[in-house]
Amino acid sequence: MRDQIKDVIETSDVALFMKGTPQFVMCGNSQRALDALRRAGAPVTTVDILPDPRIRQELSALSGWPTIPQVFVRGELIGGADIVEELERNGALEQTLREKLGDEFSSEERVVAVA
Amino acid sequence: MDAATHVETLLGEAFPGDEVSVEDRTGGGDHFQVTVVSPRFEGLSLVEQHRLVYDALAGPLADGTIHELRISTKGTQ
Repeated sequence: MRDQIKDVIETSDVALFMKGTPQFVMCGNSQRALDALRRAGAPVTTVDILPDPRIRQELSALSGWPTIPQVFVRGELIGGADIVEELERNGALEQTLREKLGDEFSSEERVVAVA
Repeated sequence: MDAATHVETLLGEAFPGDEVSVEDRTGGGDHFQVTVVSPRFEGLSLVEQHRLVYDALAGPLADGTIHELRISTKGTQ
């Protein structure tokens, strides 16, 4: 499972580990992070951490970040909902996306499961 | 000691002399908004700043005392 999580982090342009799915978000902070990423037009790959408690354990062990949601851009931890919102407010979110993904990034969303 | 006071005490120990505030967002004693203003944050990324706050609150985060944590950090300059 840890390898799968690592794979999502490393191979996704933008990875969002959240409670629930974009269609059925189960936590206000996951919603905040998703909304900010969507407003920035980010190509988000989401992973629902709720189906198995080990997902969250393994994720936090990998990232050293204790809370959900967690946002990664090209393998680098950007932060949780508070940071993503703050980056959006000061314009750094889109700038980070452009720097890491290039100017013409798509906004296609994807849901993946780890097990 | 209630949970908010406990959180404030831990932050006070981790950031002595700095501006620390804790708000119980729901009144339920487990959803907190914490704000820390510290010169230690100067030059650090937001991820690094929040990590310092998480480190200070590792105990209550691990044992479930804190169910939800919102963090706001600022340098002093």
